[in-house]
Amino acid sequence: MAYGMVLFVIAVGLSITLGLMRFVNLSHGAFAMVGGYCAALLVREAQWNFWVAVPAAVALTAALGAVLEASVFRHLYRRKELEQVLFTIGLSFVLIATTNALAGPQVQLIPLPPALAGPIDLGWRTLPAQRLLVIGAGLGIAALAAWVVAYTRFGIWLRAAVDHGGTASSLGIPIRVVQCASFAAGAGLAGLGGILGAELMPLEPYYALKYLVLVLVVVSVGGMGSIAGSLVAAVALGLIETASKYLASDWGSLFFFVAMAFLLAWRPNGLLKR
Amino acid sequence: MNTQSVLTTQATPEAAAQAQPRCASPWLAPAILLAAGALACLMLPDQLGLLTRIFVTALLVLSLDLVVGIAGLATLGHAAMFGVGAYAAGIFALKVMPEPLLGLAVGVVAGAALALASGAFLLRYQGFTFLMLTVAVAQIVLSLAQKARGWTGADDGLSGFGIDPLFGRFAFDLEGRVAAWYALAVLVLVLHLLSRLVNSPFGLAVRGIHENRARMAALGTPIYVRLLTMYTIAGAVAGAAGALSAQTNAVVGLDSLSFGLSAEILVMLILGGAGRLYGAVIGTVVFTLLHHTAASINPYHWLFVVGFLLMGVVLVPPARLLGFVRRRMGALQ
Amino acid sequence: MSLLLEVEDLDKRFGGLHVTRAVSFRLAAGDRLALIGPNGAGKTTLVNQVSGVLRSDAGRIRLCGEDVTRLDQARRVRMGLARTFQITTLAPHLPVQRQVEMALFEREGLSARAWRSIDAYPHLQDEARSLLARFGLLAHAATPTQDLAYGEQRLIEMALALALRPKVLLLDEPMAGVPKGDGARLLSALDALPKDLGVLIIEHDMDLVFRFANRILVLAEGAVLASGTPEQIRSDPKVRAAYLGHSS
Repeated sequence: MAYGMVLFVIAVGLSITLGLMRFVNLSHGAFAMVGGYCAALLVREAQWNFWVAVPAAVALTAALGAVLEASVFRHLYRRKELEQVLFTIGLSFVLIATTNALAGPQVQLIPLPPALAGPIDLGWRTLPAQRLLVIGAGLGIAALAAWVVAYTRFGIWLRAAVDHGGTASSLGIPIRVVQCASFAAGAGLAGLGGILGAELMPLEPYYALKYLVLVLVVVSVGGMGSIAGSLVAAVALGLIETASKYLASDWGSLFFFVAMAFLLAWRPNGLLKR
Repeated sequence: MNTQSVLTTQATPEAAAQAQPRCASPWLAPAILLAAGALACLMLPDQLGLLTRIFVTALLVLSLDLVVGIAGLATLGHAAMFGVGAYAAGIFALKVMPEPLLGLAVGVVAGAALALASGAFLLRYQGFTFLMLTVAVAQIVLSLAQKARGWTGADDGLSGFGIDPLFGRFAFDLEGRVAAWYALAVLVLVLHLLSRLVNSPFGLAVRGIHENRARMAALGTPIYVRLLTMYTIAGAVAGAAGALSAQTNAVVGLDSLSFGLSAEILVMLILGGAGRLYGAVIGTVVFTLLHHTAASINPYHWLFVVGFLLMGVVLVPPARLLGFVRRRMGALQ
Repeated sequence: MSLLLEVEDLDKRFGGLHVTRAVSFRLAAGDRLALIGPNGAGKTTLVNQVSGVLRSDAGRIRLCGEDVTRLDQARRVRMGLARTFQITTLAPHLPVQRQVEMALFEREGLSARAWRSIDAYPHLQDEARSLLARFGLLAHAATPTQDLAYGEQRLIEMALALALRPKVLLLDEPMAGVPKGDGARLLSALDALPKDLGVLIIEHDMDLVFRFANRILVLAEGAVLASGTPEQIRSDPKVRAAYLGHSS
């Protein structure tokens, strides 16, 4: 469940980017990595408080996303998929190499504050507090995203831009602002996911590409641009992954990808879209 | 504004009568490749292992060019056909007979069969969905290979098979001379065959599908059938590359089915330029040599180089750069 | 007088939108049927249904007596139904001559041949070049289509459709985007169309319509408003009210 939540938090940004700008961003995993690394370094090296470092790391990642979007990515929106794939893979390579150059190849641990280090008794089970935080954060973000999309002006702009990209700008919607802001939000969320998932998905320079396949699965199965779809897909795939670990570990990834192929083929536009 | 400008383009009178598109000869590129490859083999006898790897990989990237460059289908799962060909050839050598040319044929059939079966399903989709499904299919094949320990050796790899002398006379020696010439010969032959394919009516139709599907449908082209045929041919070539890899290395590992390999060959293809066949060979050479030199210094620095190269190639396509250079040269004259 | 195309009660909905309402018409050999109507009337949708790009929800389409309602576009093309697109639909990087040759290979059923080079079919190359010459495009035979002027691209659209030697030709606004006064070559190409060809043309230019068409079909909000000879249509009060009020 926690695993699925982490995937969701990371994937939701990519889903929006794909749905909104039709931009295949394979460097999205790098944002998760950057967020995790920032948090780890701020807490460990700069001795910041965990509860301050995490939002700071998220903000930094979001800023990085905004900068990249405004300066480079926006020029690639009209290019073919293949070119976007290649460019963002290249960017991932560069980010991996930079991360290694700055912080070395070893795994980065994020020291947790005492409040999160221990277990919490829920009555029917005890879970590590950190797991609960992850699940809670995932649900909270899903709820927050749903609220923003449904009830705020930005949400209306976002939906208009996703569903009717061509006409949205002629309706007076500031398209560039929507694009840059959602990209930055997605990047920030990915960073948060990287932080939350640091235990399940260890932070090391190759992180950017290692878990990319999983995130892509969530986005493609859930449907580009669909937040709810990403949530359902992420949780489902997280459950499949954990379940298959208990049943017969060999069949785990096989089942995973067969499920993906089946779901994509059955609903090419995603689980919840028509 | 010139009222004639919408309806007519400028063209010099001399050009009028002569203007006619002509295809390049299918012998030219293979001949150059043969000469260059033979020269390399003769002049660098202690690098034959590296050269063999380049030839085999170039064959794989050539097959990728058929799918990506000619047919216009972005795929991140092409390694599956390579790996299947490699394992098929290895298992054939181990369990049936170690004859190399038959093993090569087995690899070809295995690659083609997987391409045909997966393509029949995949080609019903386009764009991002197709891309993701190629990833899924390749991962499924990888998982099956991991499961089938008895056949593939899983993480330990498939080994312990020898290869008989080629044509019964040329034994695969330790220096790798026979292996290098064998790989080069197959590469040159396939390049010739594919050059013919690309310049044939079939190749033209597939290129048309790549550039504008709606136009081809309006001409009556059976799009799905053409694409599936091209995909199967590409699978056959990839399977051949896999078989060569198995035979020249005498070992097959799971990395021959990996997502990493699929991404790597895509990078090689783009570096050399997709859609022109010989670009696949150039890209492989450039990439492998860069990797060979840079990786020995620091594996992460290698990623820097490739990463920037990739971003550069996308931002300024080599074709545009070449055109720019050509115009500058023209201006100087 | 042979009936080339029969369309009966063709219907189409997009969700709640009823875009084609029980449209029927016939096209005989030599007919020049103009399809006119206000913007949004569903003209291009109708052509898409007839050519097979869109599946119809109800109705029948018969091509030379054979029912093609369930057949896909490629099959209908091979049976003799060709069309042009309102938005130029060409392979941008292919040279003009190659694009025409592509159409010829397709027509002759040779597009599966994979051994001999495309240069090794001289009779088809000659046919391609003479077709280009008829359209005045021979000088640009080796030019990629995207490098040509817009008006010439529209000519290639027509040339490709004719290369297929169709029995029925659907022209979707062939003059679209070409300024009035520049269309001389396109107009003469229209006049020079084979006499036994059945042509359906969507057009907004009324002068062209009245000059070219021998029958007119008026579409409004997806349904047939009126049909008949140009004189009948010109004097039809319903049509005047709905459409001919904006004279060009």
